[in-house]
Amino acid sequence: MIRPELICPAGTPAALRSAVEAGADAVYLGFRDETNARNFPGLNFSRKELEEGIGFAHDKGAKILVAINTFPKSGEPEIWHSAVDDAARLGADAVILADIGLLDYAKRSHPGLRLHLSVQAAAPNPIAIGYYAERFGIRRVVLPRVLTVPEIADLNEAIAPIETEVFVFGGLCVMTEGRCALSSYATGRSPNMNGVCSPASHVRYIESARGVSSKLGDFTINEFGRNEPAGYPTLCKGRFVAKGKASYLFEEPTSLNTLSILPELMKAGVTAFKIEGRQRGRAYVAAVVQAFREGVDAVMAGKPLPDIDLAHITEGGRQTTGAYEKSWR
Amino acid sequence: MSGASAKLTLGPVLFHWQPEDWRDFYFRIADEADVDTVHVGEVVCSKRTPFYDKLIPEVMERLAAGGKEVVLSSLALIMSEREQEMARGLAVAERALIEANDMTLAALLAGRNFVVGPFVNIYNEGTLGVLEGMGAVRLCLPPELPAERLTALAACAKSELEVLAFGRLPLAISARCYAARAHNLSKDGCLYVCGEHPDGMAVDTLDDVPFLAVNGTQTLSYRMIDLSAELLQLRQIGIRRFRLSPQKVDMVAVAETFRATLNGAIDAEEACSRLENICPDAEFANGYFHGQPGHALVEAD
Repeated sequence: MIRPELICPAGTPAALRSAVEAGADAVYLGFRDETNARNFPGLNFSRKELEEGIGFAHDKGAKILVAINTFPKSGEPEIWHSAVDDAARLGADAVILADIGLLDYAKRSHPGLRLHLSVQAAAPNPIAIGYYAERFGIRRVVLPRVLTVPEIADLNEAIAPIETEVFVFGGLCVMTEGRCALSSYATGRSPNMNGVCSPASHVRYIESARGVSSKLGDFTINEFGRNEPAGYPTLCKGRFVAKGKASYLFEEPTSLNTLSILPELMKAGVTAFKIEGRQRGRAYVAAVVQAFREGVDAVMAGKPLPDIDLAHITEGGRQTTGAYEKSWR
Repeated sequence: MSGASAKLTLGPVLFHWQPEDWRDFYFRIADEADVDTVHVGEVVCSKRTPFYDKLIPEVMERLAAGGKEVVLSSLALIMSEREQEMARGLAVAERALIEANDMTLAALLAGRNFVVGPFVNIYNEGTLGVLEGMGAVRLCLPPELPAERLTALAACAKSELEVLAFGRLPLAISARCYAARAHNLSKDGCLYVCGEHPDGMAVDTLDDVPFLAVNGTQTLSYRMIDLSAELLQLRQIGIRRFRLSPQKVDMVAVAETFRATLNGAIDAEEACSRLENICPDAEFANGYFHGQPGHALVEAD
């Protein structure tokens, strides 16, 4: 069995250090601009911070992966190109890319740079993954959250030696990643174009006699009673009315948590486990990394899974194994 | 820049219509609609394909007899072995141009001429160039691109660029079926309930504002895009082809309206009022083109 690498998020240099100290094998991060899919105010890395982060991580034997995983704007590809150039120059261990044009640029300009295919490219089968490998030389694919564990096992067999990385914890897209424009339909800003989903700049909470409505742009995403905590209005985790019935039509407010199915994921031949949450604080990063570090080490040692409760850091206190189990579909 | 050189495409039927309705719809399009190209084939859910596969040859024949170019569309999300087999089978078909709606089909079609659908992420000239190099001769661009980005793409395109100009906007695709979920069914045991919603299942906000439409695993906008007032500007940018996406309205009349607008026979105001008559219950939007949220309706200057 492969001992999977733990790939941990960092939105700040402090989170990077926490992740490495908690046992991350690699840390992924982005530059402070529209080139990455967590383009939030106060988050991400300057060039200087990346350089220092790479130095710190390499000293401790950890890798740094730079996510440049939005889609360059036509007519203005320069900031995406310079992001790739700078990641290569500063010694990043890999860049995580989604856009075909940017993959083409990276391969031509930096033939030695290790390329990972972002989840935002949504390559879910051997034919598509084989294309990215042959054409651009990608070495690893971050799988879209649409496949079951048995499907991932089959895929790994079909695409070896290309590695796979799967999400094991955190925020959960219910739509195929990189192929969702719900956010821009409501707000004008989307993951693909701007690196944001359901952006805080378009969120409002309106009080009424009944309680509080959460709004995204002009649309009500959820309503809460006076004594209920009002959750963040992520579009696909809202309550809507279909067929005369109000429900969480797409998905409940919930987080992916695969601790309980780690042995199956490891047997499926996955190379790397990815934790979502570059927008989260260092306490979150440390708690999740430690939990999964213990989990992976226990499975490798043939010991029972540790019983670690992460409910306090999940969305709405709820957890799911998502698409990894077929019944989710 | 004459409207006569602009072309109209009827996109694939995205919804699960009754097979006979589906066939008769295409027969009428073949006989009566003033469109240059017609797309046929399942895009959303592979479970639906057995209903239509046997009808495709006669539909293609009728469309060809009606003087239409036929394009075979493909699935937007290809996961299972069976779906991969379907993709391989489609890719070797010699009978028509094929539309790739994800990189799986594009990879299989490389080296031949093919069409790229609006489900492929073409946001910039780098990606456009790679796809053109693979053999893409026509590309329908993602609906969220504003005029400024369309202009930059058109400036360097060697291929024919197409823009979705009428119908509900495809916004997302998922492994999960929301029609089945809304009916308390599993995807495997879905009973094809998506067929109960031939224009998509309306999704309202809790305060009764129409918002989205669910088509099985696909989520669309509630509002229909109508770019009839933007056709002239799109033509000036260099967009030469416009896609009309089938809804349960008189699509022959929709095509006639867009053709008349392109030809200069009617103005944008007249086009708008005709479309309102053709789709009396619809709400329209054109926000993406104007750099606004997709649901917005920006009035002409």
